[in-house]
Amino acid sequence: MSYYAYVVAAAVMALGLIGMATSRNLVHTVVCLSVAQSSTYILLIAIGFQYGGVAPIFGNQVGQQTPVVDPVVQALTLTDVVVSAAVTSMLLALAIQMAKRRKAVDPDALGRLEG
Amino acid sequence: MTRRARLTLLWIGLAGFGLAMATAFTGLPGFGSTFHPYRDLAVVATFAHATANSVSSINFDQRGFDTFGEETILFCAVVGVATLLRPVHRERRRQVSSGGRVMESTSLIVYVLFPLTLVLAADVVAHGAITPGGGFQGGVVLSTGIHLLYVGGRYTLLSRLRPLEWFEQGEALGVVLFGALGLAGGALGAALFANFVPQGQLSDFLSAGTVPLFNIAVGMTVCSSVVILLAGFLDQALAIRSDPGTKGDPPGADQKEEAAA
Repeated sequence: MSYYAYVVAAAVMALGLIGMATSRNLVHTVVCLSVAQSSTYILLIAIGFQYGGVAPIFGNQVGQQTPVVDPVVQALTLTDVVVSAAVTSMLLALAIQMAKRRKAVDPDALGRLEG
Repeated sequence: MTRRARLTLLWIGLAGFGLAMATAFTGLPGFGSTFHPYRDLAVVATFAHATANSVSSINFDQRGFDTFGEETILFCAVVGVATLLRPVHRERRRQVSSGGRVMESTSLIVYVLFPLTLVLAADVVAHGAITPGGGFQGGVVLSTGIHLLYVGGRYTLLSRLRPLEWFEQGEALGVVLFGALGLAGGALGAALFANFVPQGQLSDFLSAGTVPLFNIAVGMTVCSSVVILLAGFLDQALAIRSDPGTKGDPPGADQKEEAAA
């Protein structure tokens, strides 16, 4: 039972990979990549969790000895989200170019390499 | 590769992935345990610099150089998208008319929420060092607030209120500011990205030294980046049309031309 959250992360990753491999539309492929990437958020946050821990924002009620959840993985998740947004926007722009130049958005129809 | 072969390969890969993950997970400390060595070190460092928001302290104080790299990734992605989404040959920009009917309730909500969102964004950025939030979150809120105008059916108002050159310069300025603060840490403090400003009292508005300054720099970059990205995509959907002269071309004319070139 204590590994349940980690298994959820792996399952979301697998779902994203299956979606990417069976995709028939480039936009769908990009969304599946985002799904796969969001599994890393679940994994990071799950690793940092502690039962009874509060948010790592210190103040009057929360002192240095209060148990808090791990802020390091939260900072990493923030980085992860930003990079994910950058990658998604870049790939969507490429999908638009594909639709314009090749008149196709099905990855199977884009077999020929273009130099 | 045929579809069937690809799916077979996928299932083999997934089986390997599942096996590797199962092995890895059993070696991890259990979910919700009290064993967090990095947390313990980070909390001590957070208190040493009187920063209330531990996540901000880690991002902008303890590992500022990593965040600089992250901001550069965002910057490069925006440059790439802007390059990809330019009007290509045989495309032209058309005038977008503010046509269409917008429900009055939608307009009302937009008019109420537009100023509120801008104020909320400024609040999230300014208090990034002492409450949840910071430059990344506030920047996204700010750019979302600006695009509420589009939801309210005012594309022309949006384009007027959003001079893109300003945002292009704002984005670059944010990155430069971030790097300059890091270099200032090297010149005035112990190392690159060191926290060289007096840190004050925990939870005060002016505390945490350089963290609020980094938050402002990042807020500028993120807001400008999202505005430029959405402007590019909105342009593709609304303003950029292929030239009417090419309408009659048979499908595949593009490829033929490329092959000839």
